[in-house]
Formats: sequence, C-alpha cells, structure tokens
Amino acid sequence: MNTLSLWFHKFGSPPTFYRLSRLLCPWLFAAACLIGAVGLYAGLVLAPADYQQSDAYRIIFIHVPCAWMSLFAYIFMAANAFIAVVWRIKISEILAMASAPVGAMFTAVTLLTGAIWGKPMWGTWWTWDARLTSELVLLFLYLGVIGLFSAIEDRRQAARAAGFLALIGIVNVPIVHFSVNWWNTLHQGSTVRLLGPSRIDASMLWPLLLMALATHIWFFASVLARSRSSVLEQESGKEWVREIVQAQGVRRE
Amino acid sequence: MNDFLAMGGYATYVWSSYAIFVAGLLIDYLAPRWRNRRIITELHGRLARQKKKTETAT
Repeated sequence: MNTLSLWFHKFGSPPTFYRLSRLLCPWLFAAACLIGAVGLYAGLVLAPADYQQSDAYRIIFIHVPCAWMSLFAYIFMAANAFIAVVWRIKISEILAMASAPVGAMFTAVTLLTGAIWGKPMWGTWWTWDARLTSELVLLFLYLGVIGLFSAIEDRRQAARAAGFLALIGIVNVPIVHFSVNWWNTLHQGSTVRLLGPSRIDASMLWPLLLMALATHIWFFASVLARSRSSVLEQESGKEWVREIVQAQGVRRE
Repeated sequence: MNDFLAMGGYATYVWSSYAIFVAGLLIDYLAPRWRNRRIITELHGRLARQKKKTETAT
C-alpha cells in the first residue's frame, strides 16, 4: 500500500478518527473564531464605506462567505456521498451526513442576510430571480437529505439513500454558481474572481477573504464534531467506545 | 462610536444580518455538543444495564 491509502485507512478507522477529531476540534473552532474576529473587525471598522451603498454593503462580509460555504459544503457532502455509495466507506457516509446540517445553516444564513440586504438596495426582501431561486432550491436539497437520513431507521441504509439524493442534487451547484451569467438577474455578478482581477478594492477584499477562511475552518470543525458523535453511536458495541463512555461517564458523575 | 453603531443609517439591516450569522454559528456549535452528551449518557446507561444483567446471571 502506498502512503496515501495507508493514511486513508488509518484515518478511516473509527477509533483513530474519533481521537483525531477530538484533538483537532477545539483548535479548529478556536482558529475559526480568531480569524473570524479579525475579519469582522476589518470588515466593520477598517474597510471604508462603499460610495454607492454606504455602510449597508458591510453585509457582504457575512453574506458572501456563507454563500461560498453553502456551495462548498454541498460539494464536500456530494464527494463523500459518492465515496460512500461506490466504496461503502463508513467514515465517508458519516462525513457526508454531518456536512448536511452545517451546509443548511450556511444556506439559510445566506438567504436571510441576502433578503435583509435586498430590502434597502433592491427595495424588496425577495424576488424570484435565478440566483435567489436556485439558492432556495439548494436549501431544500439540504433539508431533503437531512429529512431522508432521519426518516430511515438503519443508519447505514439511511446514509446510502440520502447520499443518492445528495448526488442527484449536485446538478444544482453549477446552476447556483453560473445563474448570474446565464440569466439576466437582479443579483449582481461575481465580485471576487479566481481568474482575472477581482472587481473589489483590496481594502474590502482582504476582510472578505479572512471571513471566507474562517467559515471554511468552522465548517470542518463542525463536521468533525458532528461526525464524532455519529461514530460513537454507530460503533456503540465496540470495546473502544465502551472505554470512552466509561471514562466520560465517570467524569460527569 | 455612535457613528459606528449607526452604520450610515443602515444599522437595522447590518446588525440584524450579523446577529443572524452569529446565532446560526452558535446553534451549529451547540447542537452537536448536546447530541454528543445525549449519546454518551444513553450508552452509559446501556453499559450499566448490561453489567447488572451479567452480575445477576452469575
């Protein structure tokens, strides 16, 4: 076995995964909060007001990172669902199902902050525009995956069925991303571009990128925290779980 | 400071967005912790019952 598949097998084994994520989680949450605090300070205080939108544009520092996360979380979920469906790797099933609620949270925050931003700038909370509608569909896909997963008793079969749904729903991801180019929408086009220069001043770009980094780290922290509980639940008969439960149960008594 | 809180007259919009964001993260942070605690308590109870059963059997 090469190093990569060796690493994958080791990390994929439930006890190692549990211990590693327990070790990593607090650090990831702390890093996300620290970077997020710097990003928010920069976005709210250091970045100048917009010449058209004044201070209302500051919603961008949470709206855009959350919107990126809503797509990133979906891709992460679908990639893990693919591995779970094809190779039936238990950890991938758990990771896929753990990312659904986090993605749903980011999608809901995106929609809500977008509505709040839309009211003063567009004069409406909501419009059935391509970007807004496809993002709403994304939220429903997340809710569908969560609902299907909790509707089936057997955890592994549930993960498989919900994984299929997640895989089918991936068609919506490019639709969300390209909706502002494909259709004439009220929503503005991409401001930050990977290819070519971004259409945003550096003084506003760096707080935005910091917030994006913070939300990405937060996502992984939350997914690991959720996966950890699922690992315990699914491996409840195993000896290593018994040891952990005993140790933690004694501590809380 | 008041200027900062006023957000150029958009205070309600800006601060409510940030509040939603923080609330979302808070729920996302707490939910798995509550679930983890519930699972451990449940497993602990199950373990105790099993122990009792084996003790009475012998």
